[in-house]
Amino acid sequence: MTQSKTNNFVIRFANTNGTGSASANHMFAKAIMRMGVPVSAKNIFPSNIQGSPTWYEVRINEQGFLGRRGGAADIMVAMNSQSFQRDLEDVAENGYLLYDNSKSQDLTAVPSSVKKLGIPIAQICEKEYQDQRLRQLFKNVIYVGALAALLDIEFDVLRSLVSDQFKGKEKLITPNIFALELGYQYAHSHFDCPLEPRIERRDLIGEQILVDGNTGCALGAVYAGATVVGWYPITPSTSVIEKFSNYCERLRIDPATGKKNFAIVQAEDELAAIGIAIGAGWNGARSFTATSGPGISLMSEFLGLSYFAEVPVVLMNIQRTGPSTGMPTRTQQSDILACAYASHGDTKHVLLFPKCPRECFELTTIAFDLADRLQTAVILMSDLDLGMNDHLCQPFRWDDERRYDLGKVLNEQELEALEQYGRYQDVDKDGICPRTLAGTHPSKGAFFTRGTSRNRNAVYSERSDDYVDNMQRLEKKFATAAALVPEAVIQQTRQAADISLIYYGTSAQVIDEVIAGFEQQGLTVDTMRIRAFPFGPEVRKFVQKRKNCYVIEQNRDAQMRSLLVNELNLSPQVLTSILNYDGLSITAEMVITKIANERKIAPIRQGVQR
Amino acid sequence: MSYAKSTFRHPNLKVNDIGLTYRDYEGVVSTLCAGCGHDSISAAIVHACAELSLPPHKIAKMSGIGCSSKAPNYFLGRSHGFNSVHGRMPSVTTGANIANKDLTYLAMSGDGDTASIGLGQFAHVIRRRLNMVYMVANNGVYGLTKGQLAATSDKGARNKAGDISPFNEIDLCVMALQLGASFVARCFSGDRQQLVSILKAAISHEGFAFIDIISPCVTFNNQANSKRSYDYVQQHISTAAISDFVPVKDEISCDLPAGNYDDICLHDGSLIRLYKSDENFKCDDKLHAINMIEKHKVKNQILTGLLYVNPAIDTYHEVNQTSDTPLNQLREDVLCPGQRVLSSINESFR
Repeated sequence: MTQSKTNNFVIRFANTNGTGSASANHMFAKAIMRMGVPVSAKNIFPSNIQGSPTWYEVRINEQGFLGRRGGAADIMVAMNSQSFQRDLEDVAENGYLLYDNSKSQDLTAVPSSVKKLGIPIAQICEKEYQDQRLRQLFKNVIYVGALAALLDIEFDVLRSLVSDQFKGKEKLITPNIFALELGYQYAHSHFDCPLEPRIERRDLIGEQILVDGNTGCALGAVYAGATVVGWYPITPSTSVIEKFSNYCERLRIDPATGKKNFAIVQAEDELAAIGIAIGAGWNGARSFTATSGPGISLMSEFLGLSYFAEVPVVLMNIQRTGPSTGMPTRTQQSDILACAYASHGDTKHVLLFPKCPRECFELTTIAFDLADRLQTAVILMSDLDLGMNDHLCQPFRWDDERRYDLGKVLNEQELEALEQYGRYQDVDKDGICPRTLAGTHPSKGAFFTRGTSRNRNAVYSERSDDYVDNMQRLEKKFATAAALVPEAVIQQTRQAADISLIYYGTSAQVIDEVIAGFEQQGLTVDTMRIRAFPFGPEVRKFVQKRKNCYVIEQNRDAQMRSLLVNELNLSPQVLTSILNYDGLSITAEMVITKIANERKIAPIRQGVQR
Repeated sequence: MSYAKSTFRHPNLKVNDIGLTYRDYEGVVSTLCAGCGHDSISAAIVHACAELSLPPHKIAKMSGIGCSSKAPNYFLGRSHGFNSVHGRMPSVTTGANIANKDLTYLAMSGDGDTASIGLGQFAHVIRRRLNMVYMVANNGVYGLTKGQLAATSDKGARNKAGDISPFNEIDLCVMALQLGASFVARCFSGDRQQLVSILKAAISHEGFAFIDIISPCVTFNNQANSKRSYDYVQQHISTAAISDFVPVKDEISCDLPAGNYDDICLHDGSLIRLYKSDENFKCDDKLHAINMIEKHKVKNQILTGLLYVNPAIDTYHEVNQTSDTPLNQLREDVLCPGQRVLSSINESFR
């Protein structure tokens, strides 16, 4: 079956990291978007600063299927001599290889069906630029120019992108456009343009934006009123803080005094990072930290304190491939259990699972409200793919009528009116007890916050009944949380469908394609996207209505499935795992193949059990 | 267990500037061992805060884990306290202080909490120049786990069980000096007068004030051969200068000996008057302070008193340029930029 490659292909850029290719590649992806065509971009990069191979894979798909396609690329832009031979193997049949033929390259491994597009990029640069650094930088811009000709991208789109990118640095606009033209002209005069894979202008983008999830988290924190950050650098979470800092420098400087309405502390380790956030939360400031797997391990101690002493804090976990140091620059959803039950003793934490940058923004703002309302840690479970790659999504939105929910914090008048105050008195019977902040009232409301057992008046207690009373109230509070967290998103047919899928987070990007794939085979599909833990009643209902659901996850041990089985007291047989954990983003093809295999095996398995 | 104290107040109890007696600064009855040095520290804190007329609800008591860290329950019952996790009090205090710079932060830690499990956090909280008082109730042993030697015990020190400390001790005052603390003192819990005056100066000092308080453990480290016992400390203590704290409004009048003294003016206009027993002692030179500490050690003496002070150093909030309104009091009209700004941000992603 041959499909038209117009607005439907994958192009992979093979570069060397630290050579300035990232911004040129980003410009390429944005140009597709400005042509009105859906696009996604995935950066596959090494845990290294300079000199190692890095790939940037762009998928163009006008049906809007923007998860990683997998398989060989239709077009390979092979700019890295180190990975060149390996990259040759990754060109699809009848595909294209764009490479620098300034020096002779060994092309014997190129299959005969692949068309070779050699451009003497280094020679062009040597002729046009004196400066060694510019020669390197403009190499990238030249191949983008050549691709514009080869793929029929309007040159004006690139021109306007360059003008936008260098706003305020006008001197750079002309040389960049000149470099684009060099590539564009060369391709035009040497190749038969456009190629079969090409871009045709469409109007499929609407008001969507192309942005990474960490920017969504950072902006969410700004809009939610976060003022205190404790953090420790770790890939892939670092850019959350960098972006938060950048937006604060723009949006949070007091106009009268020039002083900062925020504070960001780079801590000595992850223990201190979350300790700072918890200290600030204790004093009533909205605070957060961002980290990844190894940081979660270290922060577990404090997460237990937050749970037991009931102090609000927001933690953004941009998950990467574990265990231990794992693959620091690859993606995974493998901290589900570590976060749900982080720390010793009986603990449970509220988790939120965003699927796209827009949801990173939204769920971050909700996380701050929930942390204050529930007086506990709320963990936003993003991942490397979502956090660091650009995704097409709906624009960020803030309702100007919305007010922060700061939870039950007694002010001076409320304290004055109280005859007696006990920090852990469940006056509203929802498990959430009103708290007080230091400095509020001269003689009322003071208490000693502690990670040790205490009675309802916050007095240290080793009495078993006090301990059990408190633990049961915390359980009640967690039940209250289940009613407050965002509901699962359910799409179901009237009759139970042939296939039911449960998924969360970045697996969302392949679901439309999976559904389309099964529909082609005449199969109907129901889906439930989990957005939070604890699970609301709708989650149990969805599972109970069905004989079997497939749980799609990006980890080896089926962690969400374990959580569902454990928390909803389900029979493990009703949930079948579909797992991807190789560190690369999940693909629709993998999900379809694995489910098809399971459907073949399932009847046999049932036979055996009988 | 905590016991409520009698609420009876003697009618003639002295009232401070804000109408409170020292009893209003007390906490619940201590559950520490009878004679514990830490209880003397608690009493000194009560007196220092009462004499400074600090509103108790504007004080935050911060601590980690251990006997020392339980102590904040036994003073300042009208203040909020946060008994956090072992060795992590500095980070929690950092966050609390950054969120609300207008409270007085009194932090209580121990030798295990600071010199072992929390050494990293101790070092970094000093670097951050928080405006806080960091006290270590230093008894050289782990009390709550029954007397293991701590890292502040000097080489050769022997605990009650007969274990001998095989390695050199960590001198927290020397560390604090090297790392840039702007107020460093060493006290003995048995010398109430000195401790109260140093506490008052430390609280009034705008910046990071560190006080290492030798506080004997009567249960596990008060035996004859211990270097942290009441008897040993009393016999080996040496004070380079006796300090008196003079609040800004008071006239200088104290019953300390006349003679050679230096006045150090603090940020709020109050004075520390140092009566020097050693003419060469100076309080504004950290190398000199380190030198003095080490010289006394060689002579088997414990140097106490104010060792170093720099009243003019910028604190965290001055370095960070934090807003004048404490961050925890900023409301959404100031913090949230609104949809109009967000629309223009969205534009940059198209």
